[in-house]
Amino acid sequence: MQDVLLALLAKEPAHGYDLRARLRAALGPLGGDLNDGQVYVTLRRLEKAGLVTARLVGQGDRPDRKVYEPTPAGRERVARWLADVDPAARPAPTDLYLKLVAAASSRLADPVDIVDAQRRELLRRLADVQRAALAEPAGSGPALLLEGAVLRLQADLRWLDACAAHWTDRKK
Amino acid sequence: MEPVLRVRRLRKHYGAGGGLVRAVDDVDLDVAPGEALAVVGPSGCGKSTLLHMLGALDRPDGGRVWLGGERIDRLSETAAARLRRRAIGFVFQAFHLVDELTARENVELPALLAGASPRAARRRAAALLDRVGLADRAGHLPAALSGGQRQRVAVARALVNDPGLLLADEPTGNLDTAAAGDVLRLFAELRAEGRTLVVVTHDARIAAAADRLITMRDGAFVDQTVFAPSGLV
Repeated sequence: MQDVLLALLAKEPAHGYDLRARLRAALGPLGGDLNDGQVYVTLRRLEKAGLVTARLVGQGDRPDRKVYEPTPAGRERVARWLADVDPAARPAPTDLYLKLVAAASSRLADPVDIVDAQRRELLRRLADVQRAALAEPAGSGPALLLEGAVLRLQADLRWLDACAAHWTDRKK
Repeated sequence: MEPVLRVRRLRKHYGAGGGLVRAVDDVDLDVAPGEALAVVGPSGCGKSTLLHMLGALDRPDGGRVWLGGERIDRLSETAAARLRRRAIGFVFQAFHLVDELTARENVELPALLAGASPRAARRRAAALLDRVGLADRAGHLPAALSGGQRQRVAVARALVNDPGLLLADEPTGNLDTAAAGDVLRLFAELRAEGRTLVVVTHDARIAAAADRLITMRDGAFVDQTVFAPSGLV
């Protein structure tokens, strides 16, 4: 969550309410899990860690609100996060999705490049698992188990193809 | 080692002006002897067009293709047909078997067309059908075979003239999971045998059975993955 917020702030400074609205819009029905306080708590943590700075902006008759902006250290961390491929090679869809949204909106990385890097990892995994599966006699228990791993990796790869198509179309 | 297949600035465009489609846009490629290469990418990315040009089924608008050191991008129709028969095996998504011929006759046909004696053709067809696990189906017409069996017959046919290059276009595209698994197993074996193989596919399993994988988008190569060397199969 810290990385996602940092990346969204890297595009333009924003206040907590804005960030929450943008996350909700990106997540759709899955955004219901997003705790109202979570964004604010995370922002305070980022501020304490020196990754964002906050300044108060007046808005007439309503109370002032805090506008957050990443520090150089914060920007560096976002860049690292975007370049980092999950070594487990099987990130939860929501985590990867938010990374892609953050990359696209901050323009700090090309989401399609992130998808490609992730896909290389998954394909390596699939190649390994498949090689093991082909070495097992068909119909054996281990072959069945490996088949499960293969099918899940295939599903992940299909979703990555959909992600690549989504962000390729948006570039055009 | 000299590549089996060498491609330089290969290009094929369709349409013109605003409707111009860069199906294949100045790509370079070397395929080493014994290498199994997979090309993946979304529908319409140009991968089938690429494969057709590699197999002298389609002429490029620009660029050069060498197969075994020989230029194949400017061949006449007859020269291309002769080359394909002699040097290239094809496997297609829709099998393209001759419905009126038995499995064995389908496999024999390219050998006979290439000038093999009926006896030699028959012997090779029998060995290859055995090789793909269909010795007991040799006398069946394609209609009596399952999709996976038909594709295995097509693979046997593609190998009958012992081509230096095997090209496959979505070989599991028309198959259910189990049949695709059989074809996958067969391709993994061909790779382990050191066949030079170029497969265009949507199927991540077939792609992951290659030595190297190229991702195509909008007619260009945008990504490459190299898997562990083939000795591990």
